[in-house]
Amino acid sequence: MNTTDHAAVTLRPLLHEIHHALQRLAQVGEEHTIDLEALPFGPGDEALLLEFLGSGEVAAQLHALGESRVLESRFPGVWLVTHFSEEGVRLAQQLEITRTPALLRTPQEELGVAVEQFAQALREQGGADDV
Amino acid sequence: MSAHITLGEALRRRGVSRRGFLKFCTATASMMALPPTMVGAVAEALESAPRPSVIWLSFQECTGCTESLTRSHAPTVEGLIFDHISLDYHHTLQAASGDAAEEAREEAMHAHWGNYLLVVDGSIPLANPGYSTIAGMSNLDMLKESAEGAAAIIAVGSCAAFGGLPKAKPNPTGAVSVADIIKDKPIINVPGCPPVPSVMTGVLAHYLTFGTIPELDVYGRPKVFFGQNIHDRCYRRTFYDRGLFAKTFDDEGARKGWCLYRLGCKGPTTYNACATMKWNQGASWPIEAGHGCLGCSEPDFWDAGGFYRALSIPINDPAAAIGIGVVAGAAIGIASGAMAHRKKVEATHHREPLKVEQLEGKA
Repeated sequence: MNTTDHAAVTLRPLLHEIHHALQRLAQVGEEHTIDLEALPFGPGDEALLLEFLGSGEVAAQLHALGESRVLESRFPGVWLVTHFSEEGVRLAQQLEITRTPALLRTPQEELGVAVEQFAQALREQGGADDV
Repeated sequence: MSAHITLGEALRRRGVSRRGFLKFCTATASMMALPPTMVGAVAEALESAPRPSVIWLSFQECTGCTESLTRSHAPTVEGLIFDHISLDYHHTLQAASGDAAEEAREEAMHAHWGNYLLVVDGSIPLANPGYSTIAGMSNLDMLKESAEGAAAIIAVGSCAAFGGLPKAKPNPTGAVSVADIIKDKPIINVPGCPPVPSVMTGVLAHYLTFGTIPELDVYGRPKVFFGQNIHDRCYRRTFYDRGLFAKTFDDEGARKGWCLYRLGCKGPTTYNACATMKWNQGASWPIEAGHGCLGCSEPDFWDAGGFYRALSIPINDPAAAIGIGVVAGAAIGIASGAMAHRKKVEATHHREPLKVEQLEGKA
């Protein structure tokens, strides 16, 4: 199977979209997300894309309803976020053009719970007077 | 699980964190072919999504649609969605049988009258109700009875959506689609033989998320999945544009992955999501595997003139018909050849299958 011909057709517009999104992020702080599952990739397209993006300084793993991997590409601000099920099957893959993917930030809804949990842990250590 | 519990509550009870919930919403939005910007709206809607009752009827079908759905590749997302819906009746999946099964259907109908979702796979025979019955009830009667209290109907597979293979000429059972019978309920057609599993769950997820039916095309198919034809989303399209075609299944063009148009691919006239959602855990799809699209999500695809006939050749090609007649005539005489030709023309007109004896002028 010749992958290079159709890869050029499929990937060039995508790479330009990433480039423009990166420009908007740098200039006005606008974030952008691309759902890679929605693109009609042919054999080898995804591998060529990932090879082009490479890997950067940050790699994070989340464990929530299965594993999720968050990797910064060799281009700061371009992140590859891949979600897997508890059985290890890939559920979704997105490119996020952002300073920090939302999934890495602590959810506001869980901060209140965290305060309570921390206080409880302190009490269990005998420091109830401090809480 | 209580019928009143929301999906958000159900997930929290399972110990799913906020990040896990957002991940679930991201995968669900992707499955529904929604843009990533919709993840927030999906999260908000799913947080308070009620638990719908689903009644699934199977008529003249091969169970391929259920097989496709239950083998779908995103177990977390679909598992959670199917955990959340109350599948109150499904011939193949339910443990109950006989009178107990039918009582379960009636109970669910009465308990959720006006609110349950009716899923149908298989066509409905009208020629003789005895062709397909369930617990002594004809498919027609069961469909009418179950549809009466439904909020909406999802016709899963080409048989329920368009009549499918049972309706193929000469349609011995008088098979019709759900929409041919039910005229007063919203019907979502999810055709395919079988449909892409993620499309089926995507439609269910859409209903679960927004409580509405998605925007439909002229054939009642959700535009989000059936809005573009296979050809326009095909990675081999570049070869079509350059005039590079495989002419046999083992020539140089086939080996190089060129366009399969001349081998009968129906991609240009077929609307489906195979090119992006793919099959078998997203591994591949028919065209990537080297075979042209059969057009299985289009009405009457079985009678569309042959899977290996290129679309540019007319279905009723007079020259081709005469050619067959002449060959037959040369073999067994001009008179019988002319008769075979006439029968061929008649059969082509009615799209009835030809027998070898007819071609040879013996019938």
